[in-house]
Amino acid sequence: AVPQKKDPFPGQAPIPVERVKKFVRGDVDKVDALSAWIGQYTLLMVESAWLDTDIWFDILFSLLQYFNLNLSQFGPYRLDYSRAGRHLLLGGRRGHVSCIEWQSKALISEINVMEAVNDVKWLHNEAMFAVAQKKWLYVYDSKGVELHCIRKFNDVLRMEFLPYHFLLATASSSGFLQYLDVSVGKEVTAIGTKMGRLGVMTQNPHNAVIHLGHPNGTVSLWSPNQKEALVKMLCHRGAVRSLTVDKTGMYMVTSGLDRKLKVYDLRAFKPLQSYFLPAGAACLSLSQRGLLCASMGDVVQVYRDVWGTSVKKPYMAHRVRGAVAGLAFCPFEDVLGVGHAEGFTSMIVPGAGEANFDGMALNPYASLRQRQEWEVKTLLEKVQPDLIGLDPSMLGTVDRATWQQKHQERVQALGFDPLAHEKFKPRRRKKGRSSSGAVEKRKRKVAHEDQRVKKDKYYFH
Amino acid sequence: SISIQVRINQSSSLSSSIIHVLFSVPRNYDPTLHPFEVPREYTRALNATKLERVFAKPFVGSLDGHRDGINCMAKHSKSLSILLSGSCDGELKLWDLPKRKCVRTIQAHDGFVRGICSRFCGTSFFTVGDDKTVKKWNMETPGYGEREEPLSTILGKAMFTGIDHHQKDATFATCGQTVDIWDEQRSSPVRSFSWGVDSFSCVRYNPVETELLASCASDRSIVLYDMREATPLKKVVMKLRSNTLCWNPMEAYFFTCSNEDYNLYTYDMRRLNAPVTVHMDHVSAVLDLDYSPTGREFVSASFDKTIRIFRKDGGHSREVYHTKRMQHVICVKWSADNKYILSGSDEMNIRLWKANASEKLGLLSPREKEAHNYNQKLKEKFQHHPQLRRIARHRHLPRDIYKQRRELKEMLGSRRRKEKNVIKHSKPGSVPVVAERQKHVVNVE
Repeated sequence: AVPQKKDPFPGQAPIPVERVKKFVRGDVDKVDALSAWIGQYTLLMVESAWLDTDIWFDILFSLLQYFNLNLSQFGPYRLDYSRAGRHLLLGGRRGHVSCIEWQSKALISEINVMEAVNDVKWLHNEAMFAVAQKKWLYVYDSKGVELHCIRKFNDVLRMEFLPYHFLLATASSSGFLQYLDVSVGKEVTAIGTKMGRLGVMTQNPHNAVIHLGHPNGTVSLWSPNQKEALVKMLCHRGAVRSLTVDKTGMYMVTSGLDRKLKVYDLRAFKPLQSYFLPAGAACLSLSQRGLLCASMGDVVQVYRDVWGTSVKKPYMAHRVRGAVAGLAFCPFEDVLGVGHAEGFTSMIVPGAGEANFDGMALNPYASLRQRQEWEVKTLLEKVQPDLIGLDPSMLGTVDRATWQQKHQERVQALGFDPLAHEKFKPRRRKKGRSSSGAVEKRKRKVAHEDQRVKKDKYYFH
Repeated sequence: SISIQVRINQSSSLSSSIIHVLFSVPRNYDPTLHPFEVPREYTRALNATKLERVFAKPFVGSLDGHRDGINCMAKHSKSLSILLSGSCDGELKLWDLPKRKCVRTIQAHDGFVRGICSRFCGTSFFTVGDDKTVKKWNMETPGYGEREEPLSTILGKAMFTGIDHHQKDATFATCGQTVDIWDEQRSSPVRSFSWGVDSFSCVRYNPVETELLASCASDRSIVLYDMREATPLKKVVMKLRSNTLCWNPMEAYFFTCSNEDYNLYTYDMRRLNAPVTVHMDHVSAVLDLDYSPTGREFVSASFDKTIRIFRKDGGHSREVYHTKRMQHVICVKWSADNKYILSGSDEMNIRLWKANASEKLGLLSPREKEAHNYNQKLKEKFQHHPQLRRIARHRHLPRDIYKQRRELKEMLGSRRRKEKNVIKHSKPGSVPVVAERQKHVVNVE
């Protein structure tokens, strides 16, 4: 049995009455356990200037969202929230994997895989998850039943799931980036990056490009269509510790061993901001509303608006019980999940989650029927990996290059340019009707003729 | 607005509260919640195109009963469910299309039934045949015990080859050796047009400018007439003879003629010096054509055992229908509700086809309609992408027609290449560049 520490101050802490008054309606004398608990945890809110205003939030719901899981036996915990934010997957380094419906604290399944666990990830729905174990990649059912052991994917350190492509991207310690199509179960491509151990990985949710951070300070961008990196950026003077990309695909936040936190514009690949940290942030996470969370050792700090104005101090800070190994914002809730050496902590971060979800896209309150229909629809519109590139809307642009090439070929074949026409020369009139202004006016009448599609002219298919 | 019904279990421990939210679906159209718009739409368009090909089953049924090849067909002017067809043994049949049964058989002529047309009121119809007669029949079936007799018979001097009735007046036009305008009360033509031509194969009234007529003559020409004038208006002579012509019911200054040189030509009657469009895709003489009531498409029947549907301004067909059992297609009609195509061929069958091969017949639920409209729009949006174009264009053809088509394409390609080379290697401007459409008209008189 693991020796338990004795609490030197057993029972509830004494609560200041003024604090409780703020959050309890009616008679303050009738303070019950509920309000006592609220009073204690308002410590978190008081620091921030933003929350000095009186906001009434539903005590019941927020209470359910703040909790701690003491799991000190099985090592630092990696975590993953499902896409709708209802289910949470925890993976301890020493092999403990559990999935829970975190809002009701219902345990769906809990297993020990008897091997080191490097990373855990939900697949396309809450029925399956992938665990990167010491040697190979395993896929389990939500009940903990092992479905697949994929031996082609070995020494996987980090995983990212691309939901609209049904691709699981894995980064291995031997420098291989592999993509697995989870709908058909085939490996799409294995890219030998030749850049050493791939321990830092994230995806750009806007264009499904994988970002990898390297020990020489570079960040490389990969797509399954090319064997070379799409882009390589030098970001830090030391190793890149962690990186994250926001959901619009415009900003990338990286932190490195040079104790800097940098914000880059991803469209122009230019640095925007650079902040100094006491240590390199081991984990970074961006919420749906643009809150950045960085962890250094066992301290977790939340910053607002890192890419806008220069941030002077964090929005919130919290010390957890052990060194942080995993960090994730819950999708549609104001909650931050922290996986650390002593277990898991769920923190409330007001303003982190998107309040208005779209029922037809990700619906946390979907019924069984809605979920079934949604799964079929997303499978039908699964995007092929060929279309992954830096610009996701490339298919919607006009292909001018092909037209010009074909036109050149046509000119060569015919010997003359069939679309060429003489420049319009307006007639010179007498009696002062040919002043420069009048001539320009006559020219302007015909100026749009170039844009008109004439029936006699050809156009290519 | 969201209607949420919240039920909280009043249990002792707060952590075991369960909240059920009953559904109305809230929407948020923020594009960051809906990434990959273009690739997802593209995938949906691809699926829609593939499914359209999967569901493309145009053949509906066949009307069996004639004992000789079908020569001509006519639509009832008021009813969608009646079809008149005349065969090469002089037999005329009336069909009930929904039941696909023949309701009446008349031995109308000795020899071929050359033309049928129904009167605008829908109570009677006219037939012409090889026995030089024009007969008017009652649309109603004769009662029990009564014999099948025409309402009136007109004896002509020579064989008639076609007939068409005026839209509003009690006049009709026949063609044979001359184009005659008849009044229903008279037994001799009111007016006779001829222009030194041996025979006419087809005459058609303009549906909008009701006084105008057009006819196809055996000297490879198309002649335009005005009923009020004494002489024909205009004539355009082409390289090969036209078999039939049809006026566009919506844009009635256009008419399309089906030619022996495997093409169809759409002319503007105001400018006959060159056709507006040349429709190329058949591999043998085009025998008949009919416009859709929307005026946007037409169907053509050819000696090469296929039916093709063309868009009114399309140089190539959008659809081709063929069956092993269908031999040379002599006549074709597009039903007045724009949904069906009827083809009569010389193996004694009339076939019923869908105008849109993958259309679901019958009543569609609102969701089905919406899904259908969405898919149509998606296909239209991505139609130029090469993968989708390839799938949408693909049609299976019988081997002979496929090979013949390839051969014709090669022949045309080599002719064009030669012209380009001649232009390229001559003094610029010395050899005129002639567009395809200018090449088919010989003369306009």
